[in-house]
Amino acid sequence: MVKVLHIDAGQCTGCHQCEMACSYHHEGAFNPSKSRIKVFKFKETGRNVPYVCTQCADAWCLQACPVDAISVNAATGAKEVSADLCVGCKVCTIACPFGTINYNSISTKVDKCDLCGGDPDCVKVCPTPALTFIEAESAGMDKMRHWAQKTDAGNQALSD
Amino acid sequence: MSWTKNVLRVNLTSGTCESEPLNMEWANKYLGQRGLATKYYTEECDPKVDPLSPENKMIVATGPLTGTAAPTSGRWSVITKGALTGAIACSNSGGFFGAELKNAGWDMIIFEGKSAGPVYLDIHNEKAELKDASALWGKSVWDTEDALRDIRGDKDIRCASIGQAGEAQALFAAIVNDKDRAAGRSGVGAVMGSKNLKAIAVRGTVGVQVGDPMKFMQATGACNQILADNAVTGEGLPAYGTQVLMNVINETGALPTHNASDVQFDGASDIGGEAMTTPRETDGKANLVSNAACFGCPISCQRVSQMDPNHFSVKGQPKYHDTSGGLEYEAAWALGAATGVNDLEALTYCNFICNEYGMDPISLGSTVAAAMELFKLGAITEADTGGIALEFGNAEALCKICDQTGLGEGFGKEIGQGSRRMCEKYGHPDLSMTVKSQEFPAYDPRGIQGMGLTYATSNRGACHLRSYTVASEVLGIPEKTDPLSSEGKAGLVKAFQDATAAVDSMGLCVFTTFALTLDDFGPMVDADLEGEWSAESLLEIGERIWNLERKFNNEAGFTAADDTLPKRLLTEAAKTGPAAGKVNELGKMLPEYYELRGWTPDGVPSNETLNRLNL
Repeated sequence: MVKVLHIDAGQCTGCHQCEMACSYHHEGAFNPSKSRIKVFKFKETGRNVPYVCTQCADAWCLQACPVDAISVNAATGAKEVSADLCVGCKVCTIACPFGTINYNSISTKVDKCDLCGGDPDCVKVCPTPALTFIEAESAGMDKMRHWAQKTDAGNQALSD
Repeated sequence: MSWTKNVLRVNLTSGTCESEPLNMEWANKYLGQRGLATKYYTEECDPKVDPLSPENKMIVATGPLTGTAAPTSGRWSVITKGALTGAIACSNSGGFFGAELKNAGWDMIIFEGKSAGPVYLDIHNEKAELKDASALWGKSVWDTEDALRDIRGDKDIRCASIGQAGEAQALFAAIVNDKDRAAGRSGVGAVMGSKNLKAIAVRGTVGVQVGDPMKFMQATGACNQILADNAVTGEGLPAYGTQVLMNVINETGALPTHNASDVQFDGASDIGGEAMTTPRETDGKANLVSNAACFGCPISCQRVSQMDPNHFSVKGQPKYHDTSGGLEYEAAWALGAATGVNDLEALTYCNFICNEYGMDPISLGSTVAAAMELFKLGAITEADTGGIALEFGNAEALCKICDQTGLGEGFGKEIGQGSRRMCEKYGHPDLSMTVKSQEFPAYDPRGIQGMGLTYATSNRGACHLRSYTVASEVLGIPEKTDPLSSEGKAGLVKAFQDATAAVDSMGLCVFTTFALTLDDFGPMVDADLEGEWSAESLLEIGERIWNLERKFNNEAGFTAADDTLPKRLLTEAAKTGPAAGKVNELGKMLPEYYELRGWTPDGVPSNETLNRLNL
C-alpha cells in the first residue's frame, strides 16, 4: 500500500520545523533554504501553507528527464533523483507543474522530496497534525467524514 | 557547533562592514545573545555614554541555539544603552529574522558610529554592505519591509527596521522584524534611529550545524515532548496566547488600572483572550483568526487578528483590514486597563499602529495612562493636547494620541518622551509608573509582591521578563507561593533572574520555562557546544550576566536609590480584590535580596562576589 505525505494547511502554525528536519536529513545542516518541503506564509490572510512534491504516479519530472536520472522507488512510490546520473539540465524543473523539484547550485543537481526512504522526518517533527504520512487511498477519508457529519441528509436519516 | 564564529562589525560613520572572529573565550563564559553581547558592549562602551550619541554602540545578537531545531530557536536580541532608561538594554524578539541572520553565517552585528544620511544594511550570506535608505526614510515598518523585498527582488528576505517613531527618536521606539515581532523595550529603536540606520535586510542560505547531531535531536525531541504535554505551553498559550492571563490577573487583584489607581478593571473580560475568540456583535466574526509560530516554535502563542472593517479607527483604511499581529496580554493591558479603555477593536488598532510605526505598547499605554491622570487633575488641558479629550476610557482619544506618538506629531511628541519625563515636566513626577524611567508592565506589585522586587531590581528598568515570579505566585510554576506575602520572594526573584538570563543567552524563548528547567536545556546546549554544559554551569553563567549588567548600571550612575518603585505602589493600598489594603513591601525584600546576591547594603556587587563569578 502506497503512503503519501498529506498536508492539512489549516493546522500549520508556520514554525518551519519541517524545513529544518528536511534540510538536516538531506544536507546535514539546519537550512530552510535547502529544504524540499517549504512553508509559505500569507501574511494578509494569516495562513501558513506547507508545499511539497506529491509523488505523481505518472510523474512529469521522470518523463522529462533525458538521462533517466529519476526513478520510482518500488517500496515507497517516491520519485527519486540519482545524483550519479543527474546532469543538472533542469528540464524536470520546467516540466513539473508544481515547482516542487528544484536546482541546487552547490551540488549542481536537482533536489526533490524522496520521502526520506519511507519514513519522512518532516512528519516526525511537525507539532500539529498539519503533516501526516498516510495511506494514499484513504487520504480523503477524514475530510469526507468531516463534511459527511455536516450534511443535512445524514441528520435527516438519523431523525427518520 | 552552531556558532558561525563570525561577527560583523559595521561602522556607520565610515560606511564599512568588516568580519571578525567571535571571541570564543567570552562565548564560553557568557554563552551568547544577551550575555555575550553585553560582554562585548561593556568592553567597548563607556558606561556614561549618551545613548543617542554616535559613541553609543548597538549590537544585534543571536544565541548559540538560534536557527537550530531547538524549540523556540527564533530568538535574537538588541543590546545597547537604552534611550529611555540610560541603563543597559537588552530587547529580545522572535519571528524569523534572527534565524535568517544565523543562516547567513553571522552570530552578531556590532553597529558603531552614525551615518551621515539614512542607510540600511543589506546582508546576503557573507556579503554585507550599507546602502542608501533615503527612499525608505519616512516609511513605516510595514512599507519598509515591502519596499526592501521589491528592491531586492526576493520575497524571502527577512527584515528588522524602525518606523516613524524610531526616526523621530521617541524614547520607547522599537525595532520591529517580520512586521509584527519586536525588540520592544527600553528604546532600542530610538538608538537605531539616532544612527540613521533604517533597516537590516537578511537572506541566509548557508545553514546551521550543531556539535553532536544525534544527541542534539534526542535532547530537542525530549524538550518538544515536555512542551506539548504541559498545560500552559501545550494548551493555554496556543489557544489564548498570553491573553489567557487577563481575567486571571484581574481576579488576583493585580491588574493595574487607570494608571495604577486601581488593581482591578471592570472591563477586563471585554479585552482578554476569551473576548478575542468571541464573535463580534457588529459583523459576527471573532477578532482572533488563528495562532501562529515564530521560527522553530512548537508553542505557537502568537495572535493573528483581523479587525472589524467598520470600526471607527480603520473605516476606509483597507491596509488595516488584513490580518496582522494581534494583542498580547501586556499590550492589551497597557493600551486597555491602564487607560480604562475596554474597546477591543480600538486596542487592536493601537497594537497594529505600534507594529507599523515601531513602538513599545507597554511604555506607550502606560504613558498615555499617566497623561490621562494628569488631564483629570488639570495639569494637562486640551490646550496642551491640541483639543484631544484625554479622559480615562476614551477610545477615540487613545487611537488619536497613538497615531500622533507614532508619527512624532502634536502632543504625541510629549508622550514619546515616556512617562517619567512627561510627568516631571507637568509637575507630578509621582504619577509616573516607572522604575529607572521604564514603565512597569501588567502586574500590580501590591497584588503580586514578588513583582515589586522584580521591577525595582530589573537591570533594564521595570520589566516582567527579567524574573517572572508570576509563574510561581499565580500559576504555581515550579511551585506555588503566596502572591500577597513578601516572604521568600528575594530568593525567588534571584533564582528567576539568573535562570532567565541563561535562557535569554541561549537563543530560546523564556516562555519555554513554563515547562522546561535548566536540567532540560543543559543537554541541548551540551550536545551543541564544545565543553561540558549542565544546569549548574548555565545557572552560574546567568548569575555572572546579572552581575555584569548591574556593574555596568552602577558605573553608569545608578545607585540603590534607583532600586525603588513608584510611590503609589508603596503608600497607596489596593482598594479592591484579594490584595485590598496591601501595599508593596519592597523595604522588607530589598535588603535580603542584596545579601543573597552578595552585594553591599548599597547594592554594589562585593569584590568577593565579583571574584567568585570571575568578573
